[in-house]
Amino acid sequence: MVKAVTGFGRSGLYDWFIQRVSAVVLVAYTLFIVGFIFLSKDFSYASWSALFEQRWVRVFSLVALISTIAHAWIGLWSVITDYLTNRMMGGKATVLRILVEVLLGAVAVFYAVWGIEILWGV
Amino acid sequence: MLKVSIYRYNPDTDSAPYMQDYELDTEGKDLMVLDVLELLKAQDPSLAFRRSCREGVCGSDGMNISGKNGLACVKPISEAAPKGKLVLRPLPGLPVIRDLVVDMEQFYTQYKKIEPYLQNSSPAPAIERLQSPEEREKLDGLYECILCACCSTACPSFWWNPDKFIGPAGLLQAYRFLADSRDTATDERLSNLDDPFSVFRCHGIQNCVNVCPKGLNPTRAIGHIRNMLITRAV
Repeated sequence: MVKAVTGFGRSGLYDWFIQRVSAVVLVAYTLFIVGFIFLSKDFSYASWSALFEQRWVRVFSLVALISTIAHAWIGLWSVITDYLTNRMMGGKATVLRILVEVLLGAVAVFYAVWGIEILWGV
Repeated sequence: MLKVSIYRYNPDTDSAPYMQDYELDTEGKDLMVLDVLELLKAQDPSLAFRRSCREGVCGSDGMNISGKNGLACVKPISEAAPKGKLVLRPLPGLPVIRDLVVDMEQFYTQYKKIEPYLQNSSPAPAIERLQSPEEREKLDGLYECILCACCSTACPSFWWNPDKFIGPAGLLQAYRFLADSRDTATDERLSNLDDPFSVFRCHGIQNCVNVCPKGLNPTRAIGHIRNMLITRAV
């Protein structure tokens, strides 16, 4: 058993599961938005803002935003723990990895707050 | 004439590895790569490589043959060097001891982690633990592994994290014991694998399947392990 405290859920199975669930949510949301843009007859500011007036669309958008953050964290965490390893770079890899993780975390929080502001602020 | 290019490195005399070219008259025969190495070693006794059974059973002569991992003893030059040029390198990712000989320690450490032996907490029967033909069948495609390391050293996830990711060879064996009806340690075995590295660094690219000289499928075994983990957790 390898210890990993900075993974999304600390269990490989949990991360794997969230990665799949969030991918399905993102596919559904992408189809929904792209479908709305291209299939609605009078696509305009009015129809767009009417769409986001509805609570379920806001909730769906928030779920998609959270899915993006979870999906990105799990994926990018895999990438940095593949390439920024102490085995390859020595002790500085730990510092570098923590820096990248803090940066990713900051971006995630920023997007989450900003997204909520946009969705419920209009 | 067969052209052969071989990775050479002797840490006592060389500051860096280099490729050395040889030429060999194969007399029109479709030799195995190991035969080529033996003939070249007669010319140049400093050439170092591992070998034992010379028939694909012991797994000693795993190496990178013209870009693809395989066993030198069962790989004919007609396949490995169709254009008359053979390139031999050590298995990728593992530390080189000398020439084509690699240090397998990291590979064995991962193998050891999966506790590759039968564990059964029930009292031992008088003669033996019986299996039905169907239960025995589940081990087909798993027990045949000879631990040559061709698969694990073809896997990028193993290259990046050989200290954390079990690798295809170890995971194939992990499933061999998970699937065994005589083994009762299933839950402990699964608990030991449920971290983000041991199993889940496998992204299913199937390099392992592509190179396995015994035609085994570690990716499928890893999928089975994942399904067992999901089944007990959902």
